[in-house]
Amino acid sequence: MDEPVLEGMAHTELDRSEPLLRCGNTNCGGCGMSVALQFISRAIAKKPVQFVIPACCGIVTAGAYPNSACSAPVIASTFASAAAVASALAHVARLNDESTQIICFAGDGGTYDIGMATISGAAERGEDILFICYDNEIYGNTGGQRSSATPLGAVTTTTHSGKDVPKKDVVAIMAAHGIPYAATVSLAHPQDAMRKLDHALSLKGFRFLHILAPCPTGWKSEPAMGMELVRLAVDSGLFPIYEVFDGERIEINLDPSFSREALERYFGAQGRFRAKLDMPRIADGIRRHWHRLRALAEISVLEKAEVV
Amino acid sequence: MSVELITANHAAAMAATMAGRANRNARGFGGGVYPITPQTECIEFLSRQDIEKGSIIRAESEHSAMAMCMGFSFGGARSFTASSSNGLAYMVENVITAAMMRLPIVMMAVNRTLGPPWNIWVDHGDTLMLRDTGWLQFYCEDNQEVFDSILCAFRMAEDSRVLLPVMVCQDAFVLSHTMMLTDLADQETVDSFLPPLDLPHRIGDVPRTIGGLDFPHEAEIHRRQHAEAMDRVPKVYAEVQDEFEKTFGRRPADPLVPYRLEDAEVILVSMGTTAATARTAVDAAREKGIKAGSLRVRLFRPFPEKELKAVLHGRPRIAVLDRDLSPGMGGVLWSELRALAPADSLLQGFMLGLGGGDIRPEHLSDIIDEMMVRKAAEAPKILEVC
Repeated sequence: MDEPVLEGMAHTELDRSEPLLRCGNTNCGGCGMSVALQFISRAIAKKPVQFVIPACCGIVTAGAYPNSACSAPVIASTFASAAAVASALAHVARLNDESTQIICFAGDGGTYDIGMATISGAAERGEDILFICYDNEIYGNTGGQRSSATPLGAVTTTTHSGKDVPKKDVVAIMAAHGIPYAATVSLAHPQDAMRKLDHALSLKGFRFLHILAPCPTGWKSEPAMGMELVRLAVDSGLFPIYEVFDGERIEINLDPSFSREALERYFGAQGRFRAKLDMPRIADGIRRHWHRLRALAEISVLEKAEVV
Repeated sequence: MSVELITANHAAAMAATMAGRANRNARGFGGGVYPITPQTECIEFLSRQDIEKGSIIRAESEHSAMAMCMGFSFGGARSFTASSSNGLAYMVENVITAAMMRLPIVMMAVNRTLGPPWNIWVDHGDTLMLRDTGWLQFYCEDNQEVFDSILCAFRMAEDSRVLLPVMVCQDAFVLSHTMMLTDLADQETVDSFLPPLDLPHRIGDVPRTIGGLDFPHEAEIHRRQHAEAMDRVPKVYAEVQDEFEKTFGRRPADPLVPYRLEDAEVILVSMGTTAATARTAVDAAREKGIKAGSLRVRLFRPFPEKELKAVLHGRPRIAVLDRDLSPGMGGVLWSELRALAPADSLLQGFMLGLGGGDIRPEHLSDIIDEMMVRKAAEAPKILEVC
């Protein structure tokens, strides 16, 4: 499979002197979160930043005291508290006229589930935070239990015959707070991803980015297949790439082919989809999701979104 | 300086406001706040203040309120919040982390019964549940003590030899909603008492991870450092008392507050406002010729073990009055004092005023009478006072 073409991603003098995620980190080979951190590294470049990372692989990978594999200041928060700690850090920065960007970097557990009330509170208050969710659709750090981000049909250690309900639509929830910016990010489409990171960093207020992050350990997939899996998730329509401005205006950034082949290759390359899948229900979920997005984007809902 | 008729909730909020302003030339002040009866008036008052370089975040839960205090503190700002009962229970995870991260946060806790079933009245079980979280704990007896203790708490918490969060506890309604004449301070005096906060481990622009993984060896060292910081508290507190007296002209109470103990043969040991009632009962007993005395434990963590041992030495009869219950054990204060009381003393535990039951002088007079005729200690007794 092809690795992503990192056009324009070569290291230049505008970049940080060392990557955000340095050598010595403990991530698994093929971890999507590692790739996400390289993108974020590029986007923040030399801007002053402070990270708040709740309990998740993202904090484990920084390594054990007194070492840190992260080349930025990081505060480890309790699982549900990243957005609350970050809220206060943003207030301190404002009180002291500092331009420091406060970035939360959390998994789906810390975003969709245990962190939901905290994030909702911070979004409602309009805190000046960039919240990035790297979504591996699983409690990866504890060995692969279902979260509310786990997709329909996926086998996890707590859904032995496959999850029986679909994934929660977290971007819709966040956008409904009327925040300045919410977007989904594909790691397999670096230009779109970098544009969104740059845009999110240029804004004030609560901004939310949702990154699909392959987890070879949890997805039971080949580490080298990660970016290809993201590409297939995008192309099949499973992971729509779009952005929402002020909770109102939606722009769809990539048009999928909705091909059955992409969907089947996506499922076939991951051991977590070994249970018998309800394909008509999955296809219907994709169609309805796209129907809703297009209606909000004021694009004809008649355009095809059927898996063919 | 002015003397005002205010509640303990307002006394705490006024002290926090002035402490916050006192850090205006450093990195400022902030806190996450969330309402819960009977603490709400404190955070309402705080939210109305215009504090220079200060920011109060109206959180969506107590759990987040403490997380925000941690964020302010990590950023180098002075930080305060207040809570009570189930709010504290909901907050526990971050209460622990605040201490582990050695953040000098001050929290006013109004002691209230945990539920459901819902009960908004005084009981010390909520903050005693937080006994092992690594915070300092002061239990107050009147509104002046609440005001003074909040100021002392910031000074203690931020001392480089301590760097630990401090909880200032006061009894629901008995203090929280009761107005008392309270000697306040002017800003200039508070400024001179509270130097600007300079947190050694505040987050800045240096790449490092605060609070990441701690393997056993590092964890052992960090826990030992935490314990050593607690061990330094008595000495630091004595200095803070001296400094406070020099600045404000009155002396904050000692970790242990004795009353007519000199020749006392029966002692009532208690915390919070129970001690005020105990003094009345002691006076009544003395008039009857009984050598009674009272001992209030004001500083519960660190536990003033040495001082307690000394003061309990040679006392034949000790009654411990707990306004809390650890089912399967008894009163928390009683269970801690058991190890310290002399072997030949009669140490009896009583749990009374649970769930806000009104402890009146006659209840304590009865206990004194009972203690005088008692032949041996038995299992702790739960008394109904309503």
